[in-house]
Amino acid sequence: MCGIAGIVALDGRHPPPSREALTDMIAAVRHRGPDAFGIYRDARAGLAHARLSIIDLSSGDQPMGTGDGRLWVVFNGEIFNYVELRGELEQLGHGFRTRSDTEVILHAWECWGADCFGRFNGQWAIALWDAVRRTLVLARDRVGVRPLYVHHRDGVLRFASEVKSLFADPAVRRAFDLRGLDQLFTYWAPLAPTTVFDGVEEVRPGSVRTYDDSGLCSEQIIWRPEFPHDGAAAFPLSVEEAAEELRAKLRTATRLRITRADVPVGSYLSGGLDSSVIARLGREAKEGEFRTFSIRFEDAEFDETPYQRMMAAQLDSRHEEVLVRRSDIARVFPDVVRHAERPLLRSAAAPMFLLSGLVRSAGFKAVLTGEGADEFLAGYDLFREAAVRRFWARDPESRLRPRLMDRLYPYLARSPQQARGMALQFWKKGLEAPDAPGFSHGPRWSSTAALKRFFTPAAAVSLAAAPAADVLAELPPAFGSWDPLARAQYLEIVTLLSGYLLSSQGDRMLMAHSVEGRFPFLDADVMEFCLSLPADYKLRILDEKHLLKRAARGMVPEPIIGRPKQPYRAPDAASFAAPDAPEYVREVLSERSVLQAGVFQPAAVSALHDKIRARAAGGDTQFSNADNMAFLGVLSTQLLHDTLLRPAGAPDQTVHTFTVDVDRTMTHA
Amino acid sequence: MHEHGTAGASPVTEQQIAATVGEFVRRNFLFDGRSVGPDESLTQSGVVDSTGILELIEFLEATYRIKFGDADLVADNFDSLSTIGRFVRTKLPA
Repeated sequence: MCGIAGIVALDGRHPPPSREALTDMIAAVRHRGPDAFGIYRDARAGLAHARLSIIDLSSGDQPMGTGDGRLWVVFNGEIFNYVELRGELEQLGHGFRTRSDTEVILHAWECWGADCFGRFNGQWAIALWDAVRRTLVLARDRVGVRPLYVHHRDGVLRFASEVKSLFADPAVRRAFDLRGLDQLFTYWAPLAPTTVFDGVEEVRPGSVRTYDDSGLCSEQIIWRPEFPHDGAAAFPLSVEEAAEELRAKLRTATRLRITRADVPVGSYLSGGLDSSVIARLGREAKEGEFRTFSIRFEDAEFDETPYQRMMAAQLDSRHEEVLVRRSDIARVFPDVVRHAERPLLRSAAAPMFLLSGLVRSAGFKAVLTGEGADEFLAGYDLFREAAVRRFWARDPESRLRPRLMDRLYPYLARSPQQARGMALQFWKKGLEAPDAPGFSHGPRWSSTAALKRFFTPAAAVSLAAAPAADVLAELPPAFGSWDPLARAQYLEIVTLLSGYLLSSQGDRMLMAHSVEGRFPFLDADVMEFCLSLPADYKLRILDEKHLLKRAARGMVPEPIIGRPKQPYRAPDAASFAAPDAPEYVREVLSERSVLQAGVFQPAAVSALHDKIRARAAGGDTQFSNADNMAFLGVLSTQLLHDTLLRPAGAPDQTVHTFTVDVDRTMTHA
Repeated sequence: MHEHGTAGASPVTEQQIAATVGEFVRRNFLFDGRSVGPDESLTQSGVVDSTGILELIEFLEATYRIKFGDADLVADNFDSLSTIGRFVRTKLPA
């Protein structure tokens, strides 16, 4: 995988992008690709690349141009079907100089234009510069596995894999964007193109942006999740046939992700169904030793060691584990936030950061991982919760219907009756409008939005004046005709999957240690198949991921198929509550720091911090969900301000040698 | 600290209970100096969530030396400061 960056003088009133600026930008993301660096400059555009060599180790360096020097590309990601595409392009008369997927992008663009992206199966952030037409194209894969940010001001466009590259240029103003924070403190992530930084945009997943010679930008959506609409033709396969088909498609998707690499690919193992299935298929895709990697928790509540080891034994893999304690989470959290580049409402990214470190120290550059199954095959409690609430909504006075909640959340049945009654009150919200588009996510969004009471009055006023665009305002036209489960899945995919799991907890934590994640459940063909499934193949009454469980029979030990779903969580506020918590916690939550960042009320922050510490001192670290989210959200926002927004000194890293070094600033195309 | 509930000098009123609980909610859940209105729903606003409610129950039991039993399971009893005041009052000696 890689890092990319670039500067384009869109309107020609500016000098050529400077070598120094490009060097600083790419140095800021050298963790994404420490193996080789490249730079290209002409009178209008500069492109830079940091490479993590995985495919075509000998000749895949970037930026890469076409033979005539007209088209240049920098690319982060993988086009897994590049071999097949190359065959097609050769048939059409295109000649190739390398074995890389990068060169396939150049020819595919020449041949098919923006339609080429619909043919790609993979994960990408791509910048294509046409030096003759002076046009820049920026493209991102379907669900946004690979990141891409843009800053456009006064005729100068900057783009990069991470925001810290954009901020490497002192000319770029660094400040929070309140609308972005408002969205994050509702949906858990800002909705692209909005980010939490003023003036910084995120290229939308599944889209292509074209900036033309006059600086105008047009956007094309190449993909978004579409489910069968009401009255669509009946699904042709039985549940059993569909399970067989799913298995076959996952097998192909996993094989592509194992074999399309010139380095060995390992696998994460969480102890759950999704990564177990993927690891099994990965094991079968290639002869030889197979390596697996797991997170263990010192806190028994979060630990899944027995299931991980059971799967590793079945795979006969060489299995490695990293044991995570609360103090480890506190220790690495500033680095986690620096890489995530957005506030985090949970600490769960921190163990992922430690896990990629383990992979890297084992000498591995790429791993399979199970993300996407819960969204595309309906694994989350939220989907079951919405189903029960919908059933309950048909008879809101029923005393029996809400009892189904006990099946979703067994702790309820064990809770003091009072707590149970209040919990039901919480899920009762929105029951009067079961057909509202946000019905499934109402409870989560409203409990998250309650965190905004920590915002300063000034922030609240300015938000009220310019309310954030709502995810519900941009729904596909057919949304209302989809099954309720499909609607909930759609919302989950565009908010939490793209904006949080694949970024804060995915790409950023992997790339922090130069490790590439590969996601068979996010294969183009697998996603299309999953989207076409009828709702009751996925959620069978209240049996989540029903079809995947069927498909997993015989591949994964029965106890892993049959175990109740355990959401991946890590100790949150408890990690920072001990008397020996790192000094930075007190520092960034101090009145001075909170005032400096300007987002939260210092008195509220200090009251929360006091409460957390006092309860912990009394031996109680079972904090409420609201307190956990508030503490993590505040702490991470403060750290983000501290690491990215405060005035910077000299860049702390640089790049001296470029293996590709093209200077055409004096030539006229 | 919560004089109303501790000694038995004069019986505590619903309003006094509501005020004491209001102060607890402000300090323990709101943090921001704002206070909650007597009839504002604590759960609907997201201020008190399904796990946070345990803190409220603990506080009521400790402050007023009462115990809630299964029969008290009515979410409405705990929905706002005034319903809490009314309900807790019924659990106390006259």
